[in-house]
Amino acid sequence: MTTVDGRHELDREAERLAYKPPEVRHDKQGDMPSEERINQAMHHFVKNFNTQTASYLDGCLHCGMCADACHFHVRTDDPRYTPIWKIELFKRTYKRQVGPFAFFYRLLGLKRHVSIEDLEEWQHLLYDSCTVCGRCSLVCPMGIDIAGLVSMARHGMFKAGLIPHELHEVAKTASETGSPLGITGDKFAERADWMGDEHDVEIPMNKEQADVLAVMSSIEINKYPESMAATAKILNAAGESWTFRTDGFEATNFGMLSGNPDWQKASTMKIIDAAVKIGAKTVVLPECGHAYMALRWMGANMYGKPLPFKVLHISEYMADALNTGKIKVKKVDKSVTYHDPCQVSRRGGATQAARDVIKHLGVDFREMEYGGDYNWCCGGGGGVVTIKRADPLRHRVFKLKMDQVEKTEADQLLSSCANCRQSFDDSQQHFNWDYTMGSLMEMVAENLEEVQS
Amino acid sequence: MDLLAFAKGPALQVAAYIFVAGSIWRIVGIVLLKEKVDHSEPRKSGGLMAALKVIYTRSFTASPFKRATLYPKMLAYVQHLGLFAVIFLFVPHIMFFEGFLGFSWPGLPNNIIYLLGVAAVAASIALLVRRLTSPVLKLISNFDDYFSWFVTVLPLVTGLMIPVRMGFRYEDILAVHILSVVLLMLWFPFGKLGHAFLVFVTRGTTGMVFERRGAKT
Repeated sequence: MTTVDGRHELDREAERLAYKPPEVRHDKQGDMPSEERINQAMHHFVKNFNTQTASYLDGCLHCGMCADACHFHVRTDDPRYTPIWKIELFKRTYKRQVGPFAFFYRLLGLKRHVSIEDLEEWQHLLYDSCTVCGRCSLVCPMGIDIAGLVSMARHGMFKAGLIPHELHEVAKTASETGSPLGITGDKFAERADWMGDEHDVEIPMNKEQADVLAVMSSIEINKYPESMAATAKILNAAGESWTFRTDGFEATNFGMLSGNPDWQKASTMKIIDAAVKIGAKTVVLPECGHAYMALRWMGANMYGKPLPFKVLHISEYMADALNTGKIKVKKVDKSVTYHDPCQVSRRGGATQAARDVIKHLGVDFREMEYGGDYNWCCGGGGGVVTIKRADPLRHRVFKLKMDQVEKTEADQLLSSCANCRQSFDDSQQHFNWDYTMGSLMEMVAENLEEVQS
Repeated sequence: MDLLAFAKGPALQVAAYIFVAGSIWRIVGIVLLKEKVDHSEPRKSGGLMAALKVIYTRSFTASPFKRATLYPKMLAYVQHLGLFAVIFLFVPHIMFFEGFLGFSWPGLPNNIIYLLGVAAVAASIALLVRRLTSPVLKLISNFDDYFSWFVTVLPLVTGLMIPVRMGFRYEDILAVHILSVVLLMLWFPFGKLGHAFLVFVTRGTTGMVFERRGAKT
């Protein structure tokens, strides 16, 4: 009999002479002929070429340093996972179709036309093996935002009907029902009601007027519903005039993750419309990384003009409320480490907010080595956690995160992103790992103190 | 017309025209594309200062990446600083620039320039070896990478041959050196060497975009 130490991953992927790994699955949507798929991909790649992307695509030195920043490459040594290689087709299309010397490239055949086989191969590189975490963007000596280019390249892949099946399904469900998990407004209200009873907290729903519109992610509603109660406790304690709305409750944006700007806009507009309808001055986003990117930094661009309200991630809201004395928390006697959601911290600029909250909690805070803006991603962002075929790769990559967390020897691991939390939970189960991811917001909600007025 | 007269005259002149026109064409080709308007509420003011900040800061490697990128970064520094010194601080080159700019600047002693030139060639060779052996670089490299390397190193090597002579006539080696520079200028606007001016655009853009978010640059 043999027993396996669950804390260490079994390397089933090492090459063996007699072992041939299974071929990567290429998913397709619709029944477009290959030529049409190529045309769609080209057309929607080209639509993204503006001054910014053009300078990025023209400026790459092929120095390969981005490989050293990418968790997928660092953990596998597979050169295909070099971030700039993931956008090779996008880059090639720019040089062949749009760049200043495109005519010569075409005339002399210097850049090969993208083929359907190329697009199929790149499905794995653009979706399964990139979480759009943007760590590579920080190492690039030219300052190229490679992660941003990956998101844009996904637009062409989506229109070509060449994205991973599971990601397409959740994005489609979100476009049809308003939630990637098919949670309707009524179901949301029902859950909120249940959580209100369970936690003895008032959860306002569908108020006609409110200063604050709070939204949730379906991951929380479904898997971590206590988040709804925690949000309510904090906003109530701060004395806010706030509400949830059944016509604008979903913060996740699978249109953005899958690469469909139309669906992205539709999801964003639901929140914007609900906020405008109630005259909200602030929209408080839940513990979700990509929701922050979708509304805080991309929302106004979907709207076509500046948003008539402020957008705050819940960690920013809590930091502000604690710093201004609107809410108070009891000291927590624990050592804590914090996992930064990439889209909130590194790419979103709200790195300090969580640290302010942690400071107020009075814990023994143990920053991870190269935490904060240089943090290793959980491996599940950018929609990767939804792609089942990517699980073995995601688990392999998670080892970096485990090492980073374990080195802190903290009692408690916290984050402020339900998607990260889901990814951690899954990997914890896979590795039988000791650490359970906790929610920063829930820790605050559990330790609220009454404010003496 | 002998080879030196050809190199100094029409060859250099045509190369200069193509160098300038090609570079302008490339920049204009990028700038004329549509501009992305950002309506999001900025956390910090981006603008020119943010661009200048990142143009400067991205010259250095952030701590988490230092160990992994130390070797190629070191080589790249030696290569770039060597090239800069050889091109702009070598007294005969300064005199050449003075011929059409009308002003000059102090140079470095020739021996130091030769030393820096040799170091730049050595670093370039080490970078080429890396490109040929690293699985990542082998995969992502294309004709432009190798040809740009060739046209950059050639003037360094031919220039270093001038004081050594190796049995050739001074005029002939000088002509070959100038022709190698002509080749460099002809290729410069079309390939990756364009990073010499694009670096300001890419770093500057990232500086402005991410600084206004208050994000790490």
